Amino acid sequence: MALDKTKVVRVRDTEFQDEIVEIGEKTLPDIDKIRTCIQCGTCVGGCPSGRRTAWRIKTLFQKALLGLKEEVLDSDDLWCCTTCYTCQERCPRAISTTDVLRVIRNLAFKEGYAKKNHLFVCSLLFKFGHAVPVNDPTKELRKKLGLGELPPTVHSYPEGLKEVNIICEKTGFKDVWKKQWEKAQEK
Amino acid sequence: MGEGARKMTAVEDKKYAYFLGCLTPNRYPGIEHATIEAFKILGVELVELKGASCCPAPGVFGSFDLFTWATVAARNLLIAEQQGNNISMTCNGCYGSLQETNHLLHENPDLKERVNKILKEATGHEYQGTVKVKHTIEVLRDEIGFDTVRDAVVKPLTGLRVGIHYGCHFLKPSKVRGQGSSERPRVLDDFINILGAESVMYKDRNMCCGAGGGVRAYIKDVALDFTSEKVQNMQEAGVDIITTPCAFCHFQFDVGQQELNKAHGTNFNIPVVFYTQLLAIALGISPLEMGLETQSTSVQPFLDKL
Repeated sequence: MALDKTKVVRVRDTEFQDEIVEIGEKTLPDIDKIRTCIQCGTCVGGCPSGRRTAWRIKTLFQKALLGLKEEVLDSDDLWCCTTCYTCQERCPRAISTTDVLRVIRNLAFKEGYAKKNHLFVCSLLFKFGHAVPVNDPTKELRKKLGLGELPPTVHSYPEGLKEVNIICEKTGFKDVWKKQWEKAQEK
Repeated sequence: MGEGARKMTAVEDKKYAYFLGCLTPNRYPGIEHATIEAFKILGVELVELKGASCCPAPGVFGSFDLFTWATVAARNLLIAEQQGNNISMTCNGCYGSLQETNHLLHENPDLKERVNKILKEATGHEYQGTVKVKHTIEVLRDEIGFDTVRDAVVKPLTGLRVGIHYGCHFLKPSKVRGQGSSERPRVLDDFINILGAESVMYKDRNMCCGAGGGVRAYIKDVALDFTSEKVQNMQEAGVDIITTPCAFCHFQFDVGQQELNKAHGTNFNIPVVFYTQLLAIALGISPLEMGLETQSTSVQPFLDKL
């Protein structure tokens, strides 16, 4: 569902901020503090990504509080944050800004707005148990250093990899991923 | 030697499960090797954490599904608990995932219950919450002690000008990590000084390397633009090497400099040496036994300085 950028009257979802808080606080504390954002811009002032991209975390919060759900979730900028936490450290309202960002990204992921490369990284976790699996040159180097050719991780213990996959299935994450991954392959 | 040997005896029985993560064993096994050997000299045994997976990356999988992220991380904690060991690591991302998950499970009983329900179905076991998660730099500072490290140095890195990159997730969020000020960190500076080298201040030192949060995966040019600014600032300050306590930042600086040179014709060639590799060298281990020669950015200028 792509955003209709020609729309003048924006669709507001007044329950969006409640959704962020409710879903976020299942895992992370104090997400409700997002409601106290005063748009001071301290977050943006220290943001290393904002120096080089259009990413403005305070705009994200403003849009989220206004209920502009679609605009918030369907945004390339949303994925330009490196989660460096500089803004979270400095927020004068003590809002867990980076945590809120992660919660909003969770919602975006669920709604199918994650990037193809992100979906690919997930496929590596499911297939290997590692986001960065071992490769041939590293295997050689490991042997040379007197380490095992494969590290004593899931790479050496396939039953561990199975457990990781069961977790991802039971939480429903794999299902959400699978639908989008198939869609991304078609494109 | 007498004083050092006495202090070393005090930590003789220390054992940690080495949580390897991805970048350390699968791209930079030289870091793994150097860390195990250096800790051995200092009286701490790093044992295998059999069957551990990706932490999984806090800014990546945490951005996709926080509950899955926490549950996979909890499985890694569970393995250590069953082994009866605390966990240590050489990557800030791994530290971020495991330390934060441990903290969240402790603070939020409801989350712990939901995570354990899934863990039980997947592994047959539940995580009780007894494992302590410590970055290797914390083990060096709090368990081994910097004085013991100083006494054990046989090859001081005199004259080496080090640009330290702390990496974000070691220090932040400071409320959860408890490492003190994230604006003026000291611990690695103290550590580098103990090895006989000099920590060189540079502009915007606490800035991110650019790789985290799925940015490198999504839009590599933006990630590299961060890296470019950092490396330029370090170059201007005249550092001999870049050192970090994070295998992912290490990767971004090592590989990233060459990616930048290729894309923009820059001439970034600052050797990247992991902080435990510096430790291992200072403790007398040969720099030729840690895979440095296979890195993307040549470490020859560093080797020549030794």
